[in-house]
Amino acid sequence: MRMLLFLLQKEFLQVLRNKLFLRLLLVLPVVQLLVLVHAATMDMKNLQIVVCDLDHSPLSRRLTATLDASPFFDLLDPPPTVDEGKGALETGAADLLLVVPANFERSMQRGQVQALQLMADAINAQQAQLGYVYLQKTTAQLLSDARFETSGRAWNPAVEVTSSFWYNPELNYKYFMFPGILVILVSVVGMFLTAMNLVREKEMGTIEQMNVSPVPKPVFIAAKLLPFWFIGLMELALGLLIGRLVYGVPMVGSPLLVFGLAAVYLVALLALGLLLSSFSTSQQQVTFVSYFFLLVFILMSGIFTSAENMPEWGQRLNVINPIFYFMDIMRSILLKGAGLADLWRQAASLAALAVGLMILAVRTYRKTV
Amino acid sequence: MDAAAQRAGGAAIRVEDLVKRFGSFTANDRLNFSVASGEIFGFLGANGAGKTTAIKILCGLSAPTSGRVEVAGYDVARYPEQVKRRIGYMSQHFSLYNDLTVYENIRLFGAIYGLSLSVIRERSDQLLRRLDLKEQRNRLLGTLSLGWKQKLAFSVAILHRPHIVFLDEPTSGVDPITRRQFWEQIYQAANEGITVFVTTHYLDEAEYCQRVSIMVEGRIAALDTPKALKEQGRSESMNEVFLKLTRPN
Repeated sequence: MRMLLFLLQKEFLQVLRNKLFLRLLLVLPVVQLLVLVHAATMDMKNLQIVVCDLDHSPLSRRLTATLDASPFFDLLDPPPTVDEGKGALETGAADLLLVVPANFERSMQRGQVQALQLMADAINAQQAQLGYVYLQKTTAQLLSDARFETSGRAWNPAVEVTSSFWYNPELNYKYFMFPGILVILVSVVGMFLTAMNLVREKEMGTIEQMNVSPVPKPVFIAAKLLPFWFIGLMELALGLLIGRLVYGVPMVGSPLLVFGLAAVYLVALLALGLLLSSFSTSQQQVTFVSYFFLLVFILMSGIFTSAENMPEWGQRLNVINPIFYFMDIMRSILLKGAGLADLWRQAASLAALAVGLMILAVRTYRKTV
Repeated sequence: MDAAAQRAGGAAIRVEDLVKRFGSFTANDRLNFSVASGEIFGFLGANGAGKTTAIKILCGLSAPTSGRVEVAGYDVARYPEQVKRRIGYMSQHFSLYNDLTVYENIRLFGAIYGLSLSVIRERSDQLLRRLDLKEQRNRLLGTLSLGWKQKLAFSVAILHRPHIVFLDEPTSGVDPITRRQFWEQIYQAANEGITVFVTTHYLDEAEYCQRVSIMVEGRIAALDTPKALKEQGRSESMNEVFLKLTRPN
C-alpha cells in the first residue's frame, strides 16, 4: 500500500510536469464538445427541394408556397421540364424533386385520387426518408385545409396518428449526441494515455529498473491505472459542466450514479489499454492497436444509430463492448433519469468486464523479458 | 565452489550449466561460475558475447533455458522476488526518471525497497554530499550530465544496501575522470560488504576487479584473477589477454 502511494506520487508528478499534456487535457474536451456535438447533428433542416409544377393551378402554387415557408425546405428555382429537375437531383444541386402533375387541382376538386411524384437523392437514406415524411405531412395538411375551404367539411382520414416524444420532447438532437460525444471523449483520452504511458517506460528503458525491483505486479498496474482513472473522471466532470452551460443538457438522474458507473467503466477501459500495451513495444504500435479497438467499439456502441438495429451477431459482439454499456448508461441517466434498478444489467456487465480485464492486464504484464 | 568463494565463506552468486537460447541461437552456452560475497567480479566479453543476456538472467529479468542460478542464496527461477529484494541493478541504458528531480528519484526507489522516509532522507543527504550533488537535489535529472547521472544511478542502485549489485557497462560514454570516481564508488561499496558484479569494455577497469571472466561467443573462455590471466597468456596487459582470447589469430 505504501509502495503504491509512492508510485502514484511519481506518476502524478510526471503527468503534472508535462505541460503539453495538461493543456491537451483541458483543450480537448472543450473543443470536442463545442464542435462535434454540432457537427454530428441529424436535425433535418434546409433540404434542397425543386418543385416541377405541371399544373399551374392555385392549389399547386399554394403547395409550393407552403414548402417555401417551411424551415425544413429550401425551395430552388423551378425547372422548366421534369428532366431538368432530375438533372438537378443528379448533380446534387437538389435533395428532393417534387412533380405536381397536370390536372392536380381539378382531380382534387372532383374527389378523385391524386398522385404527387417525389424523387429523393437517397445516398443519405436517412435524409431521404425524413424528407419524404416531412413532405407527406405538409401536403396532407394542405389538402385537408383546401378541402375544408371548398366543401366546408373537414376531410377526415379514418385514423389520425399523433405522436408525443418522451424524454426529449423537442427532439433536440444535441441532447442525444452530447452524452455520446462525451463518452467518446472520456474513452479516447483515458485509453490512449494509459496505453501510451506504460509503453513509454518501455521505450525509455525505465521499466527495466522497475522490473528488477520487488514491486508486485498488481501494485505496478494499479499505479499505472489510477492516475488516468482520476483524469478520466475529471474530464467527465468538465464535460458535464460544458453540457449544462452550453447546451442545457438535462441531468434528470443522479450525478452520483453517473460517476459511480463511470468509475467502473474506466477501470474496464483502462485495463484494456494496459493489456494492449503489454503486447506492444513502441508508442506507435500501441496507438494503432488502441485506435482499432476504439473505432470498432465506438461505432458499435450505438452512438449514432440504435445498437438494437444491428444484426444479431453484432449485438452478440457488443457483450464485450464496454463503450456500448456506458453509452446506454449515460443517455439513460442524463435524459431519462434511470436509476441503478433500471441499469443493473449494464452495471453488472461493466463490473464483470472490469474485473476480467484487470486480471488479464496483471497476468499479461511480465516482469521478465 | 571455487577457492575464492570458499575463502569468503559462501557464494553470492552461483551459476551451474546456465544455457540461454533464442531460437537456434545460443546466447549463453553452459556457463559455470560463482562469485564470492564481497568480491568485485569483472564480467568481460566482446559485444554480442552474451554478457547482457547473462546479467539479465542473474537479476531475474529473463528466464534461463536450462541450468541453475542462485543469487543471494535464492534460486532465481523459483524465487525471483526474493532475489530482487536483495540485489541492486544498474542497466546499460540509463533508467532513472529524467522527468523527476534527483531527490524524487531517490525517494521513489528508496520507498520501493521499503525504506522509511527518514532513512531515505538520511541516506539521500549522505550520498548527495558524497557525490557533491547537494545543490542539484531539486534539479530535474534530465538536465544533469551523463557522468553525474551514472554516479547517481549507482548510488540509487545500492541505496537499499543490497547483497549484490549488478552493473551493466556502467562507465560507457563517461570521461576518464568520472570513470575513476566511479570506481572509487565501487570500491567503497565493496568495502561496505556489497558484492559487485560488473561488465565493462574498458580493459584497464578489468585490472580493478578481483577476478575476471572473459566470455567469447556465449562461453566463458577464461576466469581468474587479472594477474593469473596475464601470466597464463604471457601478456603485458589485460588488453592483450582479451585480444588473444577473442581473436585467436
